[in-house]
Amino acid sequence: MTTLPHHTDKKLGLVIDLDICVGCHACAVSCKEWNTGAYGAPLSDLHAYGADPSGTWLNRIHSYEVKPKEGPAQLIHFPRSCLHCEDAPCVTVCPTGASYKRTEDGIVLVDEDKCMGCGLCAWACPYGARELDGAVGVMKKCTLCVDRIYNDNIPEEDRVPSCVRTCPANARHFGDLSDPESDVSIMVAERGGYDLMPEQKTKPVNKYLPPRPKTQGANANAGFAAPVAENVQPGGLLGWLDKALAVID
Amino acid sequence: MHPAASVIVFTTFSGIGFGLMTLLGLRFGVENAGFQWTATVAAYFFAGLGLLSSTLHLRRPDRAWRAFSQWRSSWLSREGVMSILTLGVFGLYSIGVLFLNVFDAWLGGIAAIMALVTILTTSMIYTQLRTVPRWSTIWTPLAFYGFAIAGSLLLLATLLAIFGAPHTRSVAQYTMAALIIAWAIKYGWWQHAETATLSAKGSGTGDATGLGRIGSVRPFEPPNTSPNYLMKEMIYRVGRQRARALRRLAFFLGAIAPVILVALAIYAGATAPLLILAFLLHLTGMLAERWLFFAEAEHAVGSFYRATDPATA
Repeated sequence: MTTLPHHTDKKLGLVIDLDICVGCHACAVSCKEWNTGAYGAPLSDLHAYGADPSGTWLNRIHSYEVKPKEGPAQLIHFPRSCLHCEDAPCVTVCPTGASYKRTEDGIVLVDEDKCMGCGLCAWACPYGARELDGAVGVMKKCTLCVDRIYNDNIPEEDRVPSCVRTCPANARHFGDLSDPESDVSIMVAERGGYDLMPEQKTKPVNKYLPPRPKTQGANANAGFAAPVAENVQPGGLLGWLDKALAVID
Repeated sequence: MHPAASVIVFTTFSGIGFGLMTLLGLRFGVENAGFQWTATVAAYFFAGLGLLSSTLHLRRPDRAWRAFSQWRSSWLSREGVMSILTLGVFGLYSIGVLFLNVFDAWLGGIAAIMALVTILTTSMIYTQLRTVPRWSTIWTPLAFYGFAIAGSLLLLATLLAIFGAPHTRSVAQYTMAALIIAWAIKYGWWQHAETATLSAKGSGTGDATGLGRIGSVRPFEPPNTSPNYLMKEMIYRVGRQRARALRRLAFFLGAIAPVILVALAIYAGATAPLLILAFLLHLTGMLAERWLFFAEAEHAVGSFYRATDPATA
C-alpha cells in the first residue's frame, strides 16, 4: 500500500558525519557487495569491461570544494543514499504498490515483484536515492540492510548496515532516531545534525553532521608556502655556498 | 529530465483523444453516421495510442495491470483508472450513438466530465513532483487543459469540415479562441518557468548539501566515472542550447500557423484541406512543445552533480 503510515514504531536511519568522512568510497563498495547478493535482484553492471560502463549503486560519494569568505577552501566528502523519509514522496507516487514504508521501523522498501519499472519514484525523490536497474528493470534503493540488522545468523556486531560496518573512519552511524536517548539522537543533538533539502518537505530520517569549524587563527593560511625567495643575499655558510654555486651557474 | 518519446506521445495524443471525447460527449458534433464513426474512431485512436505509448516507458510492462491498484495515493494510478473507466463509459455512449442512433445526454455528459478528469490526472503526474520546480505549479494542469481542448477542437473542426457540417465555421471560431487562450497560458507557464530554478527554490548545491553555510560549494570530484541512471534520466542536457530555437518552432507550428490557417478557413472557404494542414502542423508543434517540457526541466538531484548556485555555476 503506497499510502504512508501515520506513525512508525521506530525511525531507523543513518547519521553521517561530514567532519570525519575521508571519501574512500568503502561504504559504497561494501553496499554494492552486500546488496548484489542479498535482498532482491542483483545490482547489475552494464558493459563493465566496455568503453561505456554503468552500474546500479545505492550509495554514491560526492566530493565538494567549499570556499569560505575568509581562509582556504575545504574539501568535503558527501555520501548520498536513501534518507528513509517520514513523508517519502517516492512511496505515494508509486502506482503499483511496490514501494512502501514499514510501520515497525520506518524503512522504505521496494517489493521488486510488483515494480513495473516506470521510474516515477526516482523522479519524485529529490536525493537521487533510487536507481532503476539496467538489467532487471526494477527500482533499486537502500534497504538499510534489512537482511542484516535483524539477522540472527550473523554475529551481533555485524547486525548493522553494511556501509556502517565497513566505514574505516567511523563516519557512519546507525540507530533509532525516534528514541531521544539513542546514541544517534544524542549525536544529532550535540553536533547540530541537519536534514537535507528541508524545503522538499520530505522529513528525512537520516541526518548529516556538519563539518566542525576550521581554526581561523594567525596560522589559518600556514598551509600555503611563501613564494621562493629571490635576490636575497644569505650570509655565513649559506653565503659561501651561494657564491660557490654562482660560479658554476 | 530525459525527453522520452513514449511520454511525449502519451501526453500529447491522450490529451487530444480525451479532449475529443469531451467535445463529442457534449454533442459538439453532427448527427451524421459517417462523421460519428470517424470522430469516435479518431478519439479512440488518439487516446489509445497515447495510453499504449505510455506503456513503452515501462521496463516491466507485464506488471502494468498493478498500476490500477494505488489510486488512493498515486496520480499515475488515478490516471490509469480514470482513462480505462472513461474509455468504457464513452464506449457505452458511442454504442448508443453509432448503433442505436441514441444521443444519451446524461451518458455523454458523464463521459465528458470523466475525460476532463482524466486530463487532470495526466497533468498531475508531473505537477505533483516538487523535485521539478518548473512542473510543480498550477500552470501545468492549465496548460495541459489548454492544449487538450485547443487540439481536440481543431481536430473536431477538421472532421466537421470533411463531412461538410453546417456549423464548421462556429467550431473553427472556437478553435481560434482556444488556440490563443492555450498559448497565452503557455506563455504564463514559461514566465513562471524562468523563475522556477533550483537555486531560486532553495535547492542549489549549497542548499542541497547543507554546506552552503560554510561557503560557496562547487562539485570537485563526481561519485562515478561514467554517467549513471540518475544523470541520464534526470540531468538531461542535450539540445538545451537550442531551446530558444525549438521554442520558436513550437510556437510557430503550434500557434501561429494553425491560427492563420483556421482564419483563412473561416473567411476564405475551401476549409477541409486548410484545417487538415492546420491540425498536422499543430500536432508537430505540440510534440516540440512537449519535448521542451521534459528536456528543459531541472530536477533537484542535479544540484548534487553540478553547480546550481549563480555564484559558482
